[in-house]
Amino acid sequence: MAHEHKLEIFRGRWKFKSNIQKIWGVLAFLTFITIIEVVLGIYKPSILMDMWMDPFEGGFFATLGNILFSPIVYMKPLNLLFILLTLVKAYYITWDFMHMRDEQGSMRKMVVWTSVFLICYIMFILLQEGGYVFGVYNGEDALIKRDF
Amino acid sequence: MDSTVASTGTEEKTWGGGNRPLKASYGKLMMWFFIVSDALTFSGFLAAYGFSRFKFVNEWPIADEVFTHVPFLHGQELPMIYVAFMTFVLIMSSVTMVLAVDAGHHMNKAKVTLYMFLTVIGGAIFVGSQAWEWATFIQGDYGAVQTKGGNILQFGEYVTVDGVAEFKRVSIDDIAIEQKSDRVDHERKNGLWFVGGESLPPYSVNEIYAGLAANENVLVRNQIIDENGHKTILSRAESLKQIKENGKLVVKGANLHVNEYGPSLFADFFFFITGFHGFHVFSGVVINIIIFFNVILGTYERRGSYEMVEKVGLYWHFVDLVWVFVFTFFYLV
Repeated sequence: MAHEHKLEIFRGRWKFKSNIQKIWGVLAFLTFITIIEVVLGIYKPSILMDMWMDPFEGGFFATLGNILFSPIVYMKPLNLLFILLTLVKAYYITWDFMHMRDEQGSMRKMVVWTSVFLICYIMFILLQEGGYVFGVYNGEDALIKRDF
Repeated sequence: MDSTVASTGTEEKTWGGGNRPLKASYGKLMMWFFIVSDALTFSGFLAAYGFSRFKFVNEWPIADEVFTHVPFLHGQELPMIYVAFMTFVLIMSSVTMVLAVDAGHHMNKAKVTLYMFLTVIGGAIFVGSQAWEWATFIQGDYGAVQTKGGNILQFGEYVTVDGVAEFKRVSIDDIAIEQKSDRVDHERKNGLWFVGGESLPPYSVNEIYAGLAANENVLVRNQIIDENGHKTILSRAESLKQIKENGKLVVKGANLHVNEYGPSLFADFFFFITGFHGFHVFSGVVINIIIFFNVILGTYERRGSYEMVEKVGLYWHFVDLVWVFVFTFFYLV
């Protein structure tokens, strides 16, 4: 059984001599990211707490723009950063711990694109509708009163 | 003509059968199929959590105020520290798992045994930590009063720390004043033994109200998050009025009906998603133990390949992967 591992991460910027060394390198990187997340989560720098962009006002194209730019229009930069760091961690767990880096390209695409497409789809539907329900509850003309 | 097709005559083609287009064994591919479908299950749960959170976006509990406990450090507020530890334990056990897989590729039985053992220990520490986390969450912290509309009212007072006035939570145990009442727990010996009864909350709303009236500096805060990201603190007069007019039930801790932290959906999703993940970790530990004993017995040595370790390894890393997301969406965001 010949097992050949690709022994470099960060597109070849960090090379390892053996697979075991690569594992420890990835652990160091994942720990580093987790520490950044925890420090940010505890101190919550105020610079990351305000949205970078105000929502567009106006008609249909403003709504479309708000959907397209929703990560920076509606999300605090801190939360966006947390999600991006999580995706980075997920990438290295899948690629190096689950050996996705060493699999055939077609197999990689089969697993990754199926998940990415379906997860984006369900997230869009549920978060969009959650926002709508919030509007129904809290709009100025809301019939439901919950201030008691 | 035959009634069934025995041969399609396409064996020499890539997808005709007889070869492995994805260069992965049958078992590993099936494990990947399972992982993809399980990932979709978990993302469905997390997206549903997102739905409920968007629905109550300005009154959702603030994670840093809920998960503040660390074992053996009682009474200190240390948000995030313990979950960060749990995350590290799980990533670390992922590392020992991948080392076991690597040792398996070199047919090194002693090393596979050692690393499998360490992985099982890491998993057990994680499941234990999660049980502790649940117990703390269920037991609750400060207690609260639920209103008729299902909202949560919590108590606190302004304390000056280093010259800055900070709002510190006050426990209902510290303010409640016992009052004479005829509230009796329904037990088998004092009622109809075949009729069940729910146990009573620790205090009645009247006892809390009397305590609030007696403690001049205690204020009520409601669930609404203001523009600075803090919960709204009511004035003294408004605090008394809210408890008097709307207070319905005293809540301590959390269950599937009510919780002292905020909307009941918060605790429901916490129990459901971390519980489902914890169940995955538990079954992962069980499977790891089975594989561990198989390694000791030399099953894979005789089989000539440690692929089974690799397959269970895939599952174990997946559990780690899910936790990374649970960690983000429950504790960070």
